[in-house]
Amino acid sequence: MTTMTDPPGQGFRLSQLIYDTRYRSLTIQIVAMILLMLLVSWLVANTITNLHALGKDFDFGFLAQPSGYDINQRLIEYDSQSTHGRAAVVGILNTLLVAFLGCALATVLGVIAGVLRLSNNWLVSRLMAVYVEGFRNVPLLLWIVLIFALMTESTPAPSAFRGDTPTASMLLDGVAVTNRGVYIPAIHFASPFFESGMYNWLIVLIAFAASVFAVRRLGVWAAARQEATGDRPTTWYLTLGILVLPVAILFVLMGAFLDLPALKGFNFQGGVHLRGSLIALWLALSLYTGAFIAEIVRGGILAISKGQSEAAFALGLRPGTTMNLVILPQALRVIIPPLTSQYLNLTKNSSLAIAVGYMDARSTLGGITINQTGRELEGMLLLGLFYLVLSLAISAVMNVYNNSVKLKER
Amino acid sequence: MSDTHAQTVAYVRDTMTDQREPPLSQSGAYKWVHENMLSTPLNVILTVASLWVIWVVLSHVMPWAIFGIWDATSLSECRAIRDEIYGADASVACWAVISERWPQLLFGFYPPEMYWRPVLAFVLFLAAIAPILFNSLPRKMLWLTAAAPFVMFWLIWGGTIWGPICIALGFVIGWAAVHFAGPRIGALGSILLAVVLPVLYWLVIAGPLASGLSTILPIGLEQVASRDMGGFMLALIIGIAGIVLSLPLGIVLALGRQSDLFLINKVSVIFIEVIRGVPLIVWLFTASLLLNYFLPPGTNFDLMLRVIIMVTLFSSAYIAEVVRGGLAALHKGQYEAADALGLDYWKSMRLVVLPQALKISIPGIVNTFIGLFKDTTLVVFIGLLDPIGLSNAIRASTQWNGIYWELFVFIGLCFFIFCFSMGRYSLFLEKKLRREHR
Amino acid sequence: MQNQATGTVDRSHMQVSDEIAIQITKMNKWYGSFHVLRDIDLTVHRGERIVIAGPSGSGKSTMIRCINRLEEHQAGKIIVDGTELGSDLKNIDKIRSEVGMVFQHFNLFPHLTILENCTLAPIWVRKVPKKEAEATAMHFLEKVKIPEQAHKYPGQLSGGQQQRVAIARSLCMKPRIMLFDEPTSALDPEMIKEVLDTMVSLAEEGMTMLCVTHEMGFAQAVANRVIFMDAGQIVEQNEPNAFFNNPQHERTKLFLSQILGH
Repeated sequence: MTTMTDPPGQGFRLSQLIYDTRYRSLTIQIVAMILLMLLVSWLVANTITNLHALGKDFDFGFLAQPSGYDINQRLIEYDSQSTHGRAAVVGILNTLLVAFLGCALATVLGVIAGVLRLSNNWLVSRLMAVYVEGFRNVPLLLWIVLIFALMTESTPAPSAFRGDTPTASMLLDGVAVTNRGVYIPAIHFASPFFESGMYNWLIVLIAFAASVFAVRRLGVWAAARQEATGDRPTTWYLTLGILVLPVAILFVLMGAFLDLPALKGFNFQGGVHLRGSLIALWLALSLYTGAFIAEIVRGGILAISKGQSEAAFALGLRPGTTMNLVILPQALRVIIPPLTSQYLNLTKNSSLAIAVGYMDARSTLGGITINQTGRELEGMLLLGLFYLVLSLAISAVMNVYNNSVKLKER
Repeated sequence: MSDTHAQTVAYVRDTMTDQREPPLSQSGAYKWVHENMLSTPLNVILTVASLWVIWVVLSHVMPWAIFGIWDATSLSECRAIRDEIYGADASVACWAVISERWPQLLFGFYPPEMYWRPVLAFVLFLAAIAPILFNSLPRKMLWLTAAAPFVMFWLIWGGTIWGPICIALGFVIGWAAVHFAGPRIGALGSILLAVVLPVLYWLVIAGPLASGLSTILPIGLEQVASRDMGGFMLALIIGIAGIVLSLPLGIVLALGRQSDLFLINKVSVIFIEVIRGVPLIVWLFTASLLLNYFLPPGTNFDLMLRVIIMVTLFSSAYIAEVVRGGLAALHKGQYEAADALGLDYWKSMRLVVLPQALKISIPGIVNTFIGLFKDTTLVVFIGLLDPIGLSNAIRASTQWNGIYWELFVFIGLCFFIFCFSMGRYSLFLEKKLRREHR
Repeated sequence: MQNQATGTVDRSHMQVSDEIAIQITKMNKWYGSFHVLRDIDLTVHRGERIVIAGPSGSGKSTMIRCINRLEEHQAGKIIVDGTELGSDLKNIDKIRSEVGMVFQHFNLFPHLTILENCTLAPIWVRKVPKKEAEATAMHFLEKVKIPEQAHKYPGQLSGGQQQRVAIARSLCMKPRIMLFDEPTSALDPEMIKEVLDTMVSLAEEGMTMLCVTHEMGFAQAVANRVIFMDAGQIVEQNEPNAFFNNPQHERTKLFLSQILGH
């Protein structure tokens, strides 16, 4: 595009820097840039002076040094001889674990509560309103502390399960809720394919993923048949078979058996030990976030005007089909953006693990490591970076999903 | 079809039918119960399940709460009274801890004889935001709003009255610079002057002026240290200060994020996203561990002030997003009309765009405040005594060692009442705005 | 549509002078790669009443929005009242305060009363004392026949009243040129006349007006020139009688037959 506006014979004037729209934005940005640089350099200079005065340097070498502290909850091999770096990874994995579990349970709770709140059963909708308002309006920290206190104060000690007339009993003979945590049965393999348990589970996971994929193909096939012939073939038993059989066969081949927790000595042995801290954090995060998700789900369904379902009914669609084909595709579009921010909130709120002593990223990298090495600056920087990357990653994944929902809509 | 038409006979109604009651099965309690609780088998199951849940909860909680013991000085005394009245097996609440310690939960270790000061400050705050929320109140009340922050600061922290007055004077100087010098030296110059003059005044004159005045006219209240403040008072101070102080920064960030200028836009976006991407608790630890690194050597100030600074930065990012929503909700024609009338960017923002955008944003700001108010409980981790921190402190005392639920219930109820009513208010505002917008 | 325009208009005062109010030469504008305005040449003399017609998307709104720089043109020259419209902010501000604009959707400021709407720009742009600005505003509100609404808010007024307030708001800046961007197309039929009447009386006072409108009756009664635009260019312009009774270009004939022949 040509520019034209300069009257001929007039050179550049200094006032043009401010009054000419072509230069004005550049001028403002350069001034802003200079101010920003000044601010940043002032902060950096202060930091350097302060670090120097304290005799510290800026160095991430501490990550390779042995940590010297233990972590009771770990997903990978770790002991007190491991490095601070590995401790950080253990913490990060713990954060991811509770965030993942929390998002999953919160979604389930939220969807159920949101749908039930719209139920025309007066009692149920009131009850759900009490749940939603109760959890939303009380700080999450209080819920975490409260549920943790419930776990530790109101549950029986392992010794209560002992004796001829125990005061506590296990649920279904496999689950023991004690004040030291919850013990649930574990699945072990008698004739595993690999030495390391992780690879065996990986195989199961791959088999299951393949099943899910196959089920989706089946759905596509059914839709194609429906388009071609007008009849949708019944597929539910095929779906069930594809989902269950491969995993079941794998279990049989590897000789899977249940390892039930049993009271030995002063404590339970065997099974999987879920610590009270994990459970309290998980439940509190899920219940709290679930209340918010319920409101989002309710809002999303309400946002689809009544006219949409009436139009679908008028066309003769049944309520179930209406929900699947008309309401949900539209509601999802409304629900997903706020749902994303709830997932982000839950992930960030998992840092409240500090209240129950769950060893997440903040407690290892941003807690004990900092205390032991005195590397506040480096530790907090890495911690902040971790949360930032995690937040961006969740946003990115949900954006991809959101776009796929949007495409379906057209 | 044509047949029916042919057979239609002209008809004129001779008597009008009166309104009748619906049949019994279609009205009253029977219909209500049938429709709302028992219309389908699934509904019946849901009703029964709900009744069971309600029964389980109430049968456990109600006796515990209702038969609670209000008059005791320690948990052991509570238990003794319980054993005497209900027997040792009974599970009853010991509300005595609330009746004995409630002032502490509300005010922390603030001197009891001075409780009136924070209470007055809070009442003042309510009076100060009234003219912002209700247009019908006289505009003169905005003067009260302008003065309120200084008076509230003075009431809560105490000390000589001249300190806040001298600080407030700086703002008056800034305003005077714009108002009197503005017409002569132009907008840009007067804004520059309005920033430079007050800063110079605060750095050089304000301190000596305040101490001088206080020696001449020693008017003041007894000082209260930050570390004595706790409980809900602390949560309110941090929450209110955080939101009020973050408004200007949040508005600037929102405008920055809307700006076409590449650098301004990107800096705003990065600031907002970084703040929002990292949990508040990490920022609070940053405030307590790192803030001193970034400031000139020797600067050392109060932990509470550091927390307020950090919370302000934190909530400004959230406020910015709320205000951005308000800006986006505004019709493009408003910007165009302002342009067409010859208003420049700042004037059109100040006179046309922001007044409307902020009004739309008020419900969002209230919601942000609710979130922040709940989040103030996190300050317990850096050593401030928020309500939950105080409950730990009370539990640590010998009289009340081992008491959990009564404290949690009290704290939870206080938060609930506050947050729930605020939430309802914001919902009401939202509905009102939607009505007006139509 | 014709019958809605005011039947008899006194044209005796509507003198067109030789003085040039707006001069547009070879103006071009693109939205991305889409060429919205192509080689626009237009000279407007003081006192002229020009009606711009054309199908939607023909660029007529964009053209008059370029005249007060709500849209930026990328090539060519626009001179308004002897001031060239370019990237110089001072010129832009000067032109904007001398050119009034009325929008399709009124764009009144809903948070201000009618009176405040009218005094806002005079006080903050022209630096007129408040008392004086209010007196001027009341004068113009009387002129558009709604002085009694001065202390109400825009939301309490009907569409026609709002549009008249919008006209009064522009007039308060004492503009020398008025631009109308489809001022009646968002109005209910019964309100169109009151707005057109206001515009006619404005024309009778000799205001220079550029008006994008579909009101062909108004064009016949008031305009001294009708411009027909299509595909971003001026296709035909003529004085109203000749334009309506004897259109030359095929596009114009088609357009006129479509909007008049129902």
